[in-house]
Amino acid sequence: MSASFTQLLIDDMAALTLLISFALLAQHRMLSVLHWFAAQGLLLAATAAVVAYSSGEHELYISAMMTFLLKGLLMPWMLWRVIRKLHVHREVEPLMNSGATIIIAVAVTLFSFHVMQPIELTSDLMTRNSMAIAMACVLLSMLMMITRKKAITQVIGFLAVENSLFFAAIGATNGMPLVVEIGIAFDVLIAALIFGLFFFQIRNTFDSMEVDAMNASLIHKDDHE
Amino acid sequence: MSHVLSLNIALLACFWVVIAAILSPFLQSKNNIQRALLCFLLGLSGLSACIAGFAGLMDDGGTILLPIGLPWLPMHLRLDALGAFFLLVIGSLLLPVAIYSQGYLKHEKRLTPVAIFLPLFVLGMIGVVLSDDAFTFMLFWELMSVSSYFLVTHEHQHPENRKAGFIYLLMAHMAGLLIMGSFATLYAASGSFEFSVMRDAEIPPFWASVAFLLAGFGFGTKAGVVPMHGWLPDAHPVAPSNVSALMSGIMLKVAIFGFIRVTWDLMGSGDFQWWWGALVLAAGSSSAVFGVLMALQQHDLKRLLAYHSIENIGIILIGLGLAMLLAHFDHPTLAALGLIAALYHTINHALFKGLLFMGAGAILHSTGSRNMEVMGGLIHRMPWTSALFLVACISISALPPFNGFVSEWLTFQTALMAPQLGGTLLNALVPFAAAMLALAGALAATCFVKVFGVVFLGHARSDIAAHAKEIDHWMKWGMVMPALCCLLLGLLPTVFIPMIDAVPKLLLHASLMGSLDGQALNTPNWLWLMPIDVTHASYSSPIVLLGMLLLGGLAFWCLHPKGTTIRRSKMWSCGNPHTHARMQYTASSFSQPLRRIFEAFYQPDEHVHAERQQHTLLTRRVKYVVHVGDRVVKYLYQPIGRMTLHLAKIIRHEHQRGIHAYLTYTFATVILLLMIFV
Repeated sequence: MSASFTQLLIDDMAALTLLISFALLAQHRMLSVLHWFAAQGLLLAATAAVVAYSSGEHELYISAMMTFLLKGLLMPWMLWRVIRKLHVHREVEPLMNSGATIIIAVAVTLFSFHVMQPIELTSDLMTRNSMAIAMACVLLSMLMMITRKKAITQVIGFLAVENSLFFAAIGATNGMPLVVEIGIAFDVLIAALIFGLFFFQIRNTFDSMEVDAMNASLIHKDDHE
Repeated sequence: MSHVLSLNIALLACFWVVIAAILSPFLQSKNNIQRALLCFLLGLSGLSACIAGFAGLMDDGGTILLPIGLPWLPMHLRLDALGAFFLLVIGSLLLPVAIYSQGYLKHEKRLTPVAIFLPLFVLGMIGVVLSDDAFTFMLFWELMSVSSYFLVTHEHQHPENRKAGFIYLLMAHMAGLLIMGSFATLYAASGSFEFSVMRDAEIPPFWASVAFLLAGFGFGTKAGVVPMHGWLPDAHPVAPSNVSALMSGIMLKVAIFGFIRVTWDLMGSGDFQWWWGALVLAAGSSSAVFGVLMALQQHDLKRLLAYHSIENIGIILIGLGLAMLLAHFDHPTLAALGLIAALYHTINHALFKGLLFMGAGAILHSTGSRNMEVMGGLIHRMPWTSALFLVACISISALPPFNGFVSEWLTFQTALMAPQLGGTLLNALVPFAAAMLALAGALAATCFVKVFGVVFLGHARSDIAAHAKEIDHWMKWGMVMPALCCLLLGLLPTVFIPMIDAVPKLLLHASLMGSLDGQALNTPNWLWLMPIDVTHASYSSPIVLLGMLLLGGLAFWCLHPKGTTIRRSKMWSCGNPHTHARMQYTASSFSQPLRRIFEAFYQPDEHVHAERQQHTLLTRRVKYVVHVGDRVVKYLYQPIGRMTLHLAKIIRHEHQRGIHAYLTYTFATVILLLMIFV
């Protein structure tokens, strides 16, 4: 494979990642959100593998493998289990209608390209074009956390932020040192586990998975005292 | 040798109050011993402060380093002429108040809080006067503020007392913050907390102005200068009367001391800018007139006295402002005269306002009320109190031969002798301030005619006034001392002014004695007080007193020649067979003409309610209710309070918005930072 071809490939994959971020925002059903999240993880693993191949950094293969196992398979499966047990797989229930959300998302993407352009010029890595996209993905995932009502969507948004940061790390510096990478991966895994536990606890305590309901319940409790 | 001694005596004054504060909690069960010990130690402290003050005025008191405080900053103490003068002010009122408290606190159930915080309060005040570095100053300053808060809220079972205490604490902290800012500015210029280094440091004019404004507003808040006076009319009435006497008599003066210390001493009189003096003069004039106008419309005796404190602080500031202007335009002798006038009024006000508050306390003690409308005829029941109260009334109204006249006359002389200063504004401001001073003096006299007439003369308006008892000997002698001092300071200003002269010598390097081209024009002369020289005005109090006695005796002799007996009968009531206590002038009706004249200022809230029988012409009873609120409180404090509450409500609402709002804040912050930094 020639250098220009790998660069093209990486750029295409970056574009796909951005597309998936938009797709995550636009979904109405919980399960499809989860599917797109899994797809993002898989795409991330593939990108890491391609970058590893083209840059010759063998440690990146291990990251790619870990990403594939953790973010592509394990975490989607855990979340899927939670959704099935809690029966929350129907509607996503956005706080803002999806048309407006998408318009904001486009504006945010343009903004991140505007911000990152001067920085990209200083880099000579072949992955440099993906930095703006990674940044856009981070912001879009945050937007997802803001505009969704259910706690599970917020967790998925949080994990998507982590995915995007990983993507940014690959794009900017050909990946973080392996030790850091492993540490973060385990942190995220444990976070996901704790989230899973919490969901059940919250369901038992508040009879709802909506963040506002939890707030209302807490405030109500204060008033009562 | 002597200077070491005078500072040691000052430290002894601190020592007595520390002992009092430490021992008091252990005597909780023995009320009598606790009270006697408290009053004895406070009195000793007052006596020591007096002696140290006199000694310090005679001779520089020197400095001392106490190894307490921060590890790298031991406590610097110093007794110079300025500190010694204020120490004298503290001592001269503390001693009588201590004697008075022995009687006043007799029926106090919860004595322990007073027995702990009153000595601490006194310690704070003495410490401020002695301190010679910014850290020590602030330490004692805050001790004074906080312990007086506990004294203000002593009767905390009443919600309005708690509210007054809260406002007091709030404003005291604001003042502390501003003063700290002023010291910080001076620290930045000098690089040291020690006053001796700050004195020598050069400050750029801009930063000097910043420090001046911070100090002015900070100390002004504590002194109760309009418009920062909001706490004062609320806090003074609710404190126990012996504490009100100390707060009004001394604490406000300690704020004046702080102002003089920072602006005159630390920054130096050479650094004055022309608008500083103008600002102080304007603040003084407005405080004087505002205070007395508000005082005229009060029915609560102690609240009325509190507004008079604002007036008198204004008079002191007029003297200081004139002195600052004159010092800037290089008239050191006249500046010294202005400063002496201000200082003389400081000690005068401490004495007669302390006496007035003690008198108000005596009335409160025997009638249980502060409301003037229920009193009347107390001169028959409480002859001693009324005689002593009358002395204070004459003094505060600035009538000879008492002390108030001397200091206000000196202030007038400063204003009248001030030459043309540069600029139309200043040329107009000085006579304007003098006019305001004259107006305030006249209104103060009106106000105290009202107080004395309504409270002591006439007939009792209620049972509590009819059954009032004379105060005991402790309270009586506690009040006799400041009354005698008022008379002495009024009769012999020529003895006291040379002593105070050490202060302008220290601050201005100019003095009143032996001034004007080196010629000793006004050599100390016990009979005639001549501020500048013979050709200008002069005043002799003993001769005035002699003249008054002669004229009074002559008039008495003419009206009651020997042999005639004095006929006593009922007062003529225009042919009406029955007289009733309610036919007398009340406090509200006495001040009604002034309420009409200054209607635009007062904007009184008046309601007339007539109750009629069947026909409109047959009136059964008419009810007249009038309320005059403090307009500064209404248009400055309340909007600020409302705005703060509104803001707090918005912030509280934002706090309860939930996780989505927080996520939005994070998101917005990230975007904002990217926009700014990339």
